[in-house]
Order: sequence, then structure tokens, then C-alpha cells
Amino acid sequence: MGRMTELPTKGGFSFDLCTRNDMLLKNGLQMPPFRKTGTTIVGLVFQDGVVLGADTRATEGPIVADKNCEKIHFMAPNIYCCGAGTAADTEAVTDMVSSQLQLHRYATGRESRVVTALTLLKSHLFSYQGHVSAALVLGGFDVTGPHLHTVYPHGSTDTLPFATMGSGSLAAMSVFESKYREGLTREEGIELVAEAICAGIFNDLGSGSNVDVCVITEGKTEYLRNYQLPNPRTYISSKGYTFVKGQTEVLSTKITSIQPKVEAVEGGDAMEE
Amino acid sequence: MYKLIIKINVVGKLGRVWIAYMPTQLVWDKRFFVVFGQNASRCSKQVASPKSHGGEKLIRCLVIGSACSHSHPLPYLEKKKVYFLARSISLLSSLSFPLALSSPTNHLYSLAAMSIFEYNGSALVAMVGKNCFAIASDRRLGVQLQTVATDFQRVFKIHDRLYIGLSGLATDAQTMYQKLVFRHKLYQLREERDMKPQTFASLVSALLYEKRFGPFFCQPVIAGLGDNDEPFICTMDCLGAKELAKDFVVSGTASESLYGACESMYKPDMEPEELFETISQALLSSVDRDCLSGWGGYVLLVYAALLTPTEVQEKILKGRMD
Repeated sequence: MGRMTELPTKGGFSFDLCTRNDMLLKNGLQMPPFRKTGTTIVGLVFQDGVVLGADTRATEGPIVADKNCEKIHFMAPNIYCCGAGTAADTEAVTDMVSSQLQLHRYATGRESRVVTALTLLKSHLFSYQGHVSAALVLGGFDVTGPHLHTVYPHGSTDTLPFATMGSGSLAAMSVFESKYREGLTREEGIELVAEAICAGIFNDLGSGSNVDVCVITEGKTEYLRNYQLPNPRTYISSKGYTFVKGQTEVLSTKITSIQPKVEAVEGGDAMEE
Repeated sequence: MYKLIIKINVVGKLGRVWIAYMPTQLVWDKRFFVVFGQNASRCSKQVASPKSHGGEKLIRCLVIGSACSHSHPLPYLEKKKVYFLARSISLLSSLSFPLALSSPTNHLYSLAAMSIFEYNGSALVAMVGKNCFAIASDRRLGVQLQTVATDFQRVFKIHDRLYIGLSGLATDAQTMYQKLVFRHKLYQLREERDMKPQTFASLVSALLYEKRFGPFFCQPVIAGLGDNDEPFICTMDCLGAKELAKDFVVSGTASESLYGACESMYKPDMEPEELFETISQALLSSVDRDCLSGWGGYVLLVYAALLTPTEVQEKILKGRMD
């Protein structure tokens, strides 16, 4: 009968269009630039837990696609993950592992552990041999204490007291290497992370805009979205543009009103037997 | 059947190109370069650099040679003959016939580093106002530099309060739209209600990411009214990386100009009339700076007022037709 209707697939990647795309590439067409998060992402272990930090710029080639995107993704109430690399890959991988952790929590009835998330991530990335381009900084606090890991696109991981990833990682690492010490307090940890991200924002072209910080301690997580805004937009004209109504030439107009949908309400008198 | 015979003088000076479309038409256009022969692909790179042809911008570069040998072998002419023919043809340069290139069935274009997104050309923008949103697109459909249609639809309706615009390769845009309508209809049958814009955005993202290693070459712009008539806009790259914006989103070949125009012209909380003017002016001024999009504009504005029913306005804009 052949495939007449396309049913929703059961999950995983589909390679339908690969032959066509290869043909296009052979004929000289260029692949489009994917949205990347050029990025500076950092993580740090302090005395009571873990602090994660990220910048907020998403790039598409040399153009800034999003000036305030979220790079710190939720994995579990006590585990968060910063992502660098191809934006679609980091979002998809972290969403997928987050769902798997949720199912695992339902099955075991316990709080998720950071090493569980780590193993799920690394096995997925390794099985795609680095083609899923996601470089992650994973941090959390579970029953065994605070943990911080980095995951590379090919599937290798590191366990570290402080870590940086992304194009701005060298700028941020320079700050960490000079100022990190064990037993930092919460305020010192947040300040150090913010400083490292700012180093990435100002020195690396792939990172920019604002600083996001996430503090994970025992039983409590604080997501400080836009903790610092070191790049305010100050050059806007206060008057702005005003267009006179009717300035644009219109060829034709069509106006339709949307009919409000009738709602059927349950209840009322029961039918007689 | 491949019917092209091409001659070119590649070396040094500005080459005059003619494309003989057997058996009848003769065409001349000095911006075209055709590279012929065994080392065609190497020569084309030389040709493509501005120095080799007096700084004039290369518009198109057709490569014949090793690429076509398997499909329709062309006789390899000696250099002398090539040169002679080129000179004789350049005498005919006073005749300027209209260019009519129809692509052969075996597509042998080397597009000189043209992106797949620049094949058809598109411009899309969506903006949020006060209890309203607007989504606008251009109307040109082209095959590279030739315009094929001036009434092409890029903004599609999913349901009354949700619209999607698809930029990029037109064939992928239409296929994506058909798949999405199919999935939405299934959803309507199962859930007995329309999809929320946020849910729909996740659906589009999942469909695009499914094809991660062989993607659809289209970038969607989604605009809709969510709960409590809250306007929602979102765009994605061709892999499904969502960007939820609160002010405006842009997509297409004119996206860089659109970013600039929208950054300057956008104000938060605009009323519907003002929003319409702003989005139209942003679109028209941006497509003026992009060869591949334009030829009119189409704006769709949805306004949810408190007491009157939700209104949908579709307007066709008068723009430059070049």
C-alpha cells in the first residue's frame, strides 16, 4: 500500500531528507548557519552548594539572534544545566534528560541525583559521536552533596570544583584561576561567578548582554534571571517613531470577526427515564 | 535534455558571456560568467573573486565541465577555438536579448556560495502590541534572481487565533505547513479544542528537531493569542531552537535589515492602528535593502478587544515592485 499517511513518529531522529540535502550540498548550496549560543557558561562549588552562571546572547552566524535568551536549563528541582553549542541541541538534550529524570523520580520515589543526569547526558551524546553539538555545565545538590560536572559534545565528562565552557571560557577561567578558593560563602560565590561571566561578555564576541545566575543549595534553588544588566540600551530616541495613521499605502483590506465559540456546559436537568 | 553551450574568456579582463540556448535564443549579459572545461571548478573560484573581472559583482556563475560529463558530455574545445568564438560573440554584444534561462533537468548550477535560504527569498516579521499582534510577510517568490510570483502566501492560518509564517525554501515551507495542519487537526479531534500557541511552538520545534541531521530549510515565525488574549510570538531557526520574544521576531533573507528597522521603530504597548503602521513601515523599508524579497507586503493583524469580538485584519500593502 505504501505510506499514504504520515503518522506521528515514535521519537528519535528521522533521516528522510538527508538524501535531498546531500544533493543540494553537492550542487553547491551552502548549509544555513544554525543558531548557536556562542556563550560563556560557568559553574562553581561553594561551601553550601553550587552556583551556575551564563550570559544571554544567542548568535546566528555573526548576527545576534536573541539578546536575552535563557541558557540555564531546568533538569530537576535540585539540578540545573547550562548549555553551549548549537542552541537546538542543548535545548533538546536538556529537555529530554529532564523528562527522563522526572520519570525516574516517579519510579524510584526519590530526589534525582546529579550523576544520574550526567550518565544520561553522556550516553546520549556519545551515541551520536559528537554530531549533537551540546557542551554542558551540569550542577546540583543531592543527598550526596554538591556536584559540578562538565559534559563535552563527544560524551566525555569532568568533575571539577569550578568549570567554564563555551567561546568565552578562557576569559572566565582566567577570573576563576586567580580568585577561586575553597570554602567560599554564598555572596562571594555569586560575585565571583558574575565577575567571570562579565569577563566573557566584555572580552568574547560570542557572548554578551546580561548575566544569569542560579544558586543551588540543600533543599533550595534560586534562579536569578538577569542578575546583572551591564549592557543597558541607552541610545533609544525618547520620542521614538510615530507614523501617521494612513501613511502606509494599502491595496486591499479584509476584516473578519472571529465568532466566539459556543461552550457546552455539563449539568442541567437529568434526562427522564 | 541539456541544451546549453557556453563559451567564456576567463582570463584577466572582464569577460563577456553569452549563453546560447540551442537552437534559437542568443543571450548576452556581461554579469554572467560561465566556466567551461576540465578545470571548471577551479576556474570558477578564480572568476568569483572580484579582481578577475574588474571588480564587478558576480551575479551568477555557471560551471560546466566535470560536473556534467556524466550527464551530457560536451566536446572539449581547444583554447584557440574558445577564444575565437568568444571574440566573435562579443561583437554581438550590441544585441541584448532578454535573458531566458530555463534550468535543465539535471541541475548543474554552482551557486557561488549562495545559501539555500537565498534560493527563494523571503521576509517575515511579527510584533506584539496591546492586546493585539501583527504578522507580516513579503509576497515575492523567486528562483534565485528571477521573480516567479508576486502573490505568494507565506503566512498561514492554523486556527482562528494562531498563525504561522514560514520563511526559507518555499517547498519546505509548504510541506511544513501541511504537516502542521495535519497534526493540529489530529489534536483538535483528540482534545476537542484548539492548540495554545505555546504548545504549538513546542510542536513545531519538535518537528524541526526530528530532522536534525537533514533539516527542513525553513524558519518559522509563530504568532497567536494565548490565554486571556495574551499575544504570543516566537521564532525558531531551522533546527527548532525557540526564541520567545516579548517585542518582535524576524526571519528571512531580509532579517538583518528587519532587526535594525524593528529595533528603531518598535515601541511597547502600541494600539492596533499604530502597530499596523509600524510593522508595515519596518517591513517595507527592510525589503528595500534586500534584492530577494519584497514585491508588495501582506500584513495580518489580530486584535482582541474586551467587549467586541476578536477581529482579524488582512491587508495587502503597496510596495516597490523591483
